[in-house]
Amino acid sequence: MEKVLMKGNEAFAEAAIRGGAGFYFGYPITPQNEIPEYMSHELEKAGGSFIQAESELAAVNMAYGAAAAGGSVFISTSSPGVALMQEGISFMCSSEVPVVMLNVSRGGPGVGGIQPGQADYFQATRGGGNGDYHVPVFAPASIQEAIDMIYGAFEIADKYQNPVMILADGMLGQMMEPVSLPEAKRMATYEEIRANKPWAITGKGPRSERNVIKSLRLQPDVLEAHIHRLFEKYDRMEKELVRYETYGEPDPEIVFVAFGTVARLVAETMDILAERGYKAGMIRPVTLWPFPFDAFARISDKTRLVVSVELSMGQLLTDVKAAVCGRVPVGLINRTGGVVPTPVEIADRAIKQLKALD
Amino acid sequence: MKQVFAITRGMLPVDTSYCPGCTHGVAHRLIMECLEELGELDNTIAVSPIGCSIVAHQYMNIDMCESAHGRAPAVASGIRRVHPDKVVFTYQGDGDLASIGVGEIIHAAHRGEKVTTFFINNAIYGMTGGQMAPTTLLGQRATTAINGRTKESNGSPLRMCELLATIDGAVFVERVALNSPGNVRKAKKAVMKAFEVQKNGLGFSFVEFLSSCPTNWGRAPYEAMEFIKEEMIPYYPLGNFRKPEEF
Repeated sequence: MEKVLMKGNEAFAEAAIRGGAGFYFGYPITPQNEIPEYMSHELEKAGGSFIQAESELAAVNMAYGAAAAGGSVFISTSSPGVALMQEGISFMCSSEVPVVMLNVSRGGPGVGGIQPGQADYFQATRGGGNGDYHVPVFAPASIQEAIDMIYGAFEIADKYQNPVMILADGMLGQMMEPVSLPEAKRMATYEEIRANKPWAITGKGPRSERNVIKSLRLQPDVLEAHIHRLFEKYDRMEKELVRYETYGEPDPEIVFVAFGTVARLVAETMDILAERGYKAGMIRPVTLWPFPFDAFARISDKTRLVVSVELSMGQLLTDVKAAVCGRVPVGLINRTGGVVPTPVEIADRAIKQLKALD
Repeated sequence: MKQVFAITRGMLPVDTSYCPGCTHGVAHRLIMECLEELGELDNTIAVSPIGCSIVAHQYMNIDMCESAHGRAPAVASGIRRVHPDKVVFTYQGDGDLASIGVGEIIHAAHRGEKVTTFFINNAIYGMTGGQMAPTTLLGQRATTAINGRTKESNGSPLRMCELLATIDGAVFVERVALNSPGNVRKAKKAVMKAFEVQKNGLGFSFVEFLSSCPTNWGRAPYEAMEFIKEEMIPYYPLGNFRKPEEF
């Protein structure tokens, strides 16, 4: 397929349109501003509708409404914007409304900065909103991978009737890479929405029963039963959606765990370590929730150290520790606040941690 | 015998959870009667708020969804973009619309969203038990203003119709009251006009109902009707604030 050079954010937007997104609601926030800008002129050409919302809070609620009505909906924002959207995410999970959302994340907490960060790991994987729920989280390491994830996320969201999150970062959003774009899907017609999403609020029409989309359940036993039903769905997601990749030779003495753009840095680190005589491997979680715990079963007794490499203060580390379960020492190599380590820095720190074990 | 009245099939034949003397039931019925008369019941999608009337979908016989507190106009905007040929409305109380959702209502009006909002103004928070709303009258007691609302501490009550009438996209804005048979008939006319404005694609339409909350006002139902007449209408004048020329 022909490759084109595209800026990350514009490629994400185009991938969403080609994936069938008919509706986009967004609010300006750096480093993802190119997405609402692109959507404002490209989505209507594809037959869809764009609203520049008055806030992320309004945007996520517009998304809830449009998706409840059967529309195929894409939203994007960056870290503080996701904080504002948690209200809607919790509502969509409870009322089982599918939306695809993208976080082009930056450093926090608070307004933080606008350089890339991964400190939204907890926010994404633990559920920043209220109540018991889960959102599948995909972490792309390249613009191409982000395109494929966004394109495929609409089917996943519809299949499970649940929001799906793509957790990218400001580096992927702002850089350019050659990419191939998938074939454009057509937006669903009204008749197709009624046939394929019989639960959607489309106006009762000839349907025998009216549809109601709700999350209020005042009776505790009824709410508990509803949550148990949701968790049967989340159990299926854990089995069916979990994805990871492993890199390096068998029996490495050090295993890195890294996602997103950091995994690309670690790939270079592994070459540096090989030159210096160390055998390194990497586990790259492609889904952050469900977390690929099974990948860690392959850590052999030759491995002396597992290291979480992340742009946050030990958030990924908590899942890595849970996965390693005390079998091997677990270390942390991190920068935060928008600072990105070089592959050499990661290699130096890794060797120092290995030597400390001697 | 000639039948002179029937309950609209827009209302489901169930008892409501609303208190005796509460006017939610009247407002529900007027809206559903208008939709039935317009032949739009099966072509309508509505959004219920947070508050007593979150359960409106248990009584209104149409496709509906709930919304987070105050966000109904944003939710309705999303629905409307997917279904430009449907009738879309929100039904919201004064805590929902005039307090936590004031941003969403202003911007839905500002965009001229082709939806209708029905605003139940009973000058108090009902579901949570009688706290002060932005619409609570000066001197009116609430559980968060036990000696009565004061201008010094809380400001003067917010008049939403007057505020929205300054926005170009809000093309139909009217305040009605549900305290007497005559006013209920006028209210129905306003509901009908609001829907006609939407069906003609003219912009955002808004009807405010001055309503009762006997339970949280600490008044008997008939006293509540008197309160609307004697206290609310003088501060919240009835009438049309904005309408398209042809209306």
